[in-house]
Amino acid sequence: MDSWRKNPLVFWVFAVPPAVWLLLFFLTPLALIWVFSFGEKSGLIDVHITWTADNYMRALDPLYLQIFLKSFWFAGITTAICLVVGFVLAIAITFAPGRHRPILLLLVMLPFWTNLLIRTYALIAILRTKGSVNAALEQFWGWGNGLLALLGVEHLQLLGDRFEPLHLLYNNFAVVAGLVYVHLPFMVLPLYAALDRMDRSYIEASLDLGASQLRTFRSVVIPLAAPGIVSGVIITFVPALGSFLTPDLLGGTDSQMIANVIERQFKSANDWPFGAALSFVLMYITFFAIALRSVWSARRDAREALA
Amino acid sequence: MTKDNRSRFSRRSFLAALGATAAGLKFSPRLALAEEPPKLNFYNWDTYIGEDTLDNFGDATGIDVTMDLFADNDELFAKLKGGNPGYDVIVPTNDYVERMITAGMLVPVDHSRITNVSNIDPTFRDAAFDPGRKYSLPYMWGTIGIGYRKSRVDSVPDSWKWVFDSDRYARKIALMGDAPTVIQMGMKYLGYPLNDTDPAHIRQVEEMLIRQKPDVLVFAEDNGQDLLLSGEVDVVMEWNGDILQVMEEDDDIGYVVPKEGGLLWQDCLCIPTGAPHPENAHVFINYILDAEAGAEIASFIQYATPNAAARKLLPAEYNTNPAIFPSQETIERCEVATYNGADYTRMIDEAYTRIMAS
Repeated sequence: MDSWRKNPLVFWVFAVPPAVWLLLFFLTPLALIWVFSFGEKSGLIDVHITWTADNYMRALDPLYLQIFLKSFWFAGITTAICLVVGFVLAIAITFAPGRHRPILLLLVMLPFWTNLLIRTYALIAILRTKGSVNAALEQFWGWGNGLLALLGVEHLQLLGDRFEPLHLLYNNFAVVAGLVYVHLPFMVLPLYAALDRMDRSYIEASLDLGASQLRTFRSVVIPLAAPGIVSGVIITFVPALGSFLTPDLLGGTDSQMIANVIERQFKSANDWPFGAALSFVLMYITFFAIALRSVWSARRDAREALA
Repeated sequence: MTKDNRSRFSRRSFLAALGATAAGLKFSPRLALAEEPPKLNFYNWDTYIGEDTLDNFGDATGIDVTMDLFADNDELFAKLKGGNPGYDVIVPTNDYVERMITAGMLVPVDHSRITNVSNIDPTFRDAAFDPGRKYSLPYMWGTIGIGYRKSRVDSVPDSWKWVFDSDRYARKIALMGDAPTVIQMGMKYLGYPLNDTDPAHIRQVEEMLIRQKPDVLVFAEDNGQDLLLSGEVDVVMEWNGDILQVMEEDDDIGYVVPKEGGLLWQDCLCIPTGAPHPENAHVFINYILDAEAGAEIASFIQYATPNAAARKLLPAEYNTNPAIFPSQETIERCEVATYNGADYTRMIDEAYTRIMAS
């Protein structure tokens, strides 16, 4: 079993079932949608494949490009926040005592095991006007007022005459918060994997040679964790780009992302070819990003081979 | 030799028995073979059937009903578009009944098997969207209007102006997250016919909504009544039945059909093409149109029933509730949505995309 060249039968036995599954349930439907993107609606339910580029032309309309840009923006902010928070979490887990690590990793992954919809509703319950955050703040406001009353200055109404709840839901803040919450495990796990693999003696050597903690972090830890960072960024950015549930449930009137538009094409607009074209524009961008990553890592490997 | 004889005998007799069975099957009455298994697949909206209706139906007829839920007409249409995945009875709204008839997705309902058709109120025995009610029978009807919190409004918000064209309730307004509905109600506010397909008028509605957007909190996906109940918003564009359901929990909530008119909708029971149990489907539809079953459903879901016989069995507070049964002059102000073609659908979708993107 050591090399498939020596034991082709073993290789095929293991490779064929997942390959068939991939072909049947992933590649074939995807190919169907790709063919749809070159089609035209004919009547209410049929799609005529005329190999027209009209759908792609329409997808590149400024209206939709603007929505693509907004989606990139949301996904970008989400990835940046996830990177910062995730890196801190990954470092904390890496340098925690060995017996605590499995528990910490479990805590990071646990929300993952809950359905996405339920997690999003949970966020609604926390962020809304009468939700947990505002309820807690209202308590503090009450205590603050009580304190002021004790000091005899309640008539000044320093904290306002009425508690004004924070508007944390149905706006872009909620969408980004929701996206970060959902995608954080995606970022933490590859980062942890890369940091775990890192040789600690590099850090010791750096500190011994006189670098400060910060310098060591910047010049030694981050470059060594770079493959993990790149993986984490891709695994976070791409799903965030295509998310539609979070902006749908948590967003306000300004939070439309490209996946919401695509969903509408397949439902209320009943325009499957156009929806297919929009989906594939998104997919081409994703492929491009992954291709960039391979080129980058190939160049990096070549550089290391020469060194 | 005995062995040979025995095996030959048994093989031959086996083949003979097979032949006899085949002949027998060929000549047995067709009915016995064509009988449907006692099952039914029902595709319905959420919270849109009585609490015990399906169990009672099972007890009465022995047919086991499996109910699946869909969230909106588009989901229903998209699911059935690629071929019926096995549903026997579906509940589309009137404009989608029109769409599905045009697309050939519905099977005519055999009225001779629906004896309870006589229970239906005369106004609903025929419909413009389904002449002669060939493909559909009425299930529930209602309106779209404004739900509001009485203590937080100056007076009853009986005009679409309060959600479309005024900042009086800034950031406490929720509109419906459905492209055609929002635009059609905008048309009513501006005084145009609900089904107006004029691109200039659609543009006008679009611009008005873009201007109003900063004051709208959210385009609610069918949960507007929950937002009203929890106090997130004070005025919301919603279905009358949804508002009624939260009115039961909170006396401070009211419902009104604006003076410019709202949407008049009708949900219908239909049998999609390719239904595996059409016989059972007819039995089910007939059961729902029964007076008692209809009364049980209506009192639970608090929507207006077109079943005159069921109405007789229901209490006065249901029959005289203006939110359930609006006055005749209110009904006259409202309009019914029609299917206006693929170009209209596309214009509406693009207008909505532009509204959401701006």
